[in-house]
Amino acid sequence: MKDLGFSISQSRTIDLDKSDLSAYRRVVEKVPSAKLCLMCGACTATCTARNHTDFNFRKVHLLFRRGQFEGLAEELDKCMLCGKCRLVCNRGVNTRAIIYNMRIILENLNYKSIK
Amino acid sequence: MKKQYWTEYESKVADDHYYYERSCIRQSFFTGSEEVFINIVRDLLGKDIADDMNLHTCSGIGYYSGVVPLDTTMTVVARLFALMTEAGYKNFVPSCITSFGLVNEVVDMWHHFPEKLEQIRGYLKEANGKEFDVPENIAHPCDIIYKYRKELKEKMKYSLTNVHTGKPLKVVEHIGCHYAKIFPRQVKGGAEFPQVLVGMIQEWGGEVVDYPERRHCCGFGFSQYMVLANRGYSAANSKKKLESMQPFKPDFILANCPGCTMFMDRWQYTIAETEGITYGENGMGIPVLTYEELAAILLGYNPWDVGLQTHQVQVEPLLDKMGIKYDPKDKYVGKSGAFLGEPEKPTHLKVKAYE
Repeated sequence: MKDLGFSISQSRTIDLDKSDLSAYRRVVEKVPSAKLCLMCGACTATCTARNHTDFNFRKVHLLFRRGQFEGLAEELDKCMLCGKCRLVCNRGVNTRAIIYNMRIILENLNYKSIK
Repeated sequence: MKKQYWTEYESKVADDHYYYERSCIRQSFFTGSEEVFINIVRDLLGKDIADDMNLHTCSGIGYYSGVVPLDTTMTVVARLFALMTEAGYKNFVPSCITSFGLVNEVVDMWHHFPEKLEQIRGYLKEANGKEFDVPENIAHPCDIIYKYRKELKEKMKYSLTNVHTGKPLKVVEHIGCHYAKIFPRQVKGGAEFPQVLVGMIQEWGGEVVDYPERRHCCGFGFSQYMVLANRGYSAANSKKKLESMQPFKPDFILANCPGCTMFMDRWQYTIAETEGITYGENGMGIPVLTYEELAAILLGYNPWDVGLQTHQVQVEPLLDKMGIKYDPKDKYVGKSGAFLGEPEKPTHLKVKAYE
């Protein structure tokens, strides 16, 4: 390939037609309440791990749903599975179970945490 | 019945007596387009159009890049208007979309700030003693071709039909941002549904491709491509459009802006050479035409007189689809009859051999 002195910037477009959405379907099979999440962020606001890290349930949930798995395993490792977020969820989503199942699925897809 | 408000967006185009302002960059990139436009308007449509030798830049590229101050820009535009006034014309027709956006912007600012107009009159008078009238009508050449598209169709030898399949050619139309997005009310169809190229394509037998990134900018953007470090962002815009239109397998792209035409054409080379990606059939590119070039080849002009040999993406496969006759041997023969030399072939963007 030629070097023209610059490289073409990567687009931040999320093309759902090219994303693997099957992993999220597996999460929904295990935790049907995942479909109820409206991404309000109340879980993130009350997160204990959030006090010490930049963990954001709303964000990881959205990324997983879109099939954007890069770096997600490390993010999910920040969760202590305390379940506090589940207590504040106004839609009754089993957030804790979602995180647990996302971890297992990512592990099976060979997206491993650096730890 | 649902009312389509965009249909109320109209472009006002004078019927005759045009003062043509040539573009700085179009004459370098798409060498035949302006000459063909003048020929079409003057000889085929029988209109009066002035082609002034004294023309100069509008300074639009410098202005939109943030390096030429507003007052200087306005005074340069005022000088262009002074040349038009001296020639006895009132209808200004800037060839370039950048100029079109700029002169409309300047006139609009003068409308809202009349004291600025008087200040610029003073600057111009002081600089070279010239005086000017603000044009009564500002229209882009594509507006004129659109206005007379039906008359031109009657004179056309070819149509936008694939002669091998009998089906309409699939055409991507791309409108320059400075044409429709600065003053959408002055454009037929506004910024979202500009009809100017759509009208030409449909009238001349083609089918318009509606694809997700249809209204996305080509990435020209002045300061982006001028600075090497930013050029990757500029190319990324065209890439996004090309990726979006590729599944629809367009036969060619039609544009009305010199920057868009140049970038959609040349970036296909850049993307192919740096990333190995091509968007046309069999590793080739998607040809990109200006509206004058399209009108000209449909009217039966020799493609090499129109300047199609200066395009990055090879146009012969498109000409073959349209059944247009041409001599491959004349492709690189100059006006004097001398062979001009053949350009180096790209590594990844395929070029078909024609004898």
